[in-house]
Amino acid sequence: MFRPSHFAAVVLFALFASVVFGITQRETPRRMVRYGIYCFVLFVGSAVVLSWLMFLIAR
Amino acid sequence: MPGHSGRELARCATRLPAPVRYSQKGMATPTIKNAAAEQGFEYLPLIAGWLVPGAGHFLLRKWGRGALLAASILGMFTLGIAMQGKLYAGAHDILDILGLAGDLGNGLLYLLSRVAGLGADQVQVTTADYGTRFIVVAGLLNVIAAVDAHNLRTGRKS
Repeated sequence: MFRPSHFAAVVLFALFASVVFGITQRETPRRMVRYGIYCFVLFVGSAVVLSWLMFLIAR
Repeated sequence: MPGHSGRELARCATRLPAPVRYSQKGMATPTIKNAAAEQGFEYLPLIAGWLVPGAGHFLLRKWGRGALLAASILGMFTLGIAMQGKLYAGAHDILDILGLAGDLGNGLLYLLSRVAGLGADQVQVTTADYGTRFIVVAGLLNVIAAVDAHNLRTGRKS
């Protein structure tokens, strides 16, 4: 059984989803790569920010 | 030309109009750039892409895009199964219906996994909950990829 940490699961999810978003939502390879990276950063960044927010609220 | 000096020829050449370059950019009818897209059943890439991740793009000879889509969707689904994620079998309440709809997006992967008895019936550990989401999202991403293949086929996207 594969047991990733929460952060590893977030990174894997962001990686796979960003690849699909990049390919399907843009037309040229260069723009696909840029949009894929943009989505990846947003996925992981928002998860980190929300995690800190929840940590601070819970204290 | 006999009887014409070089200066006269040069003068004539400067009077010739510049070659006109036609562009279809901005025209009303989109151009179908993919030659393979003009043949066969229009919905074949959509259906093939739904049944097998990446197959729609492979049919349209978009090998690189198809391989990346297949790797991403298969990877996500496989990791979901490896995390003991739940495969939705029935529709008992609204959340189950939504989960089942997402799972069905995986096409043959979902059917084969059900037949093989993969996936958990009940979520018992935290990673299994992640796995359930991975499987559902893999199905939704597969639907997006299949629609993209259909757009390539119809010429809406190049």
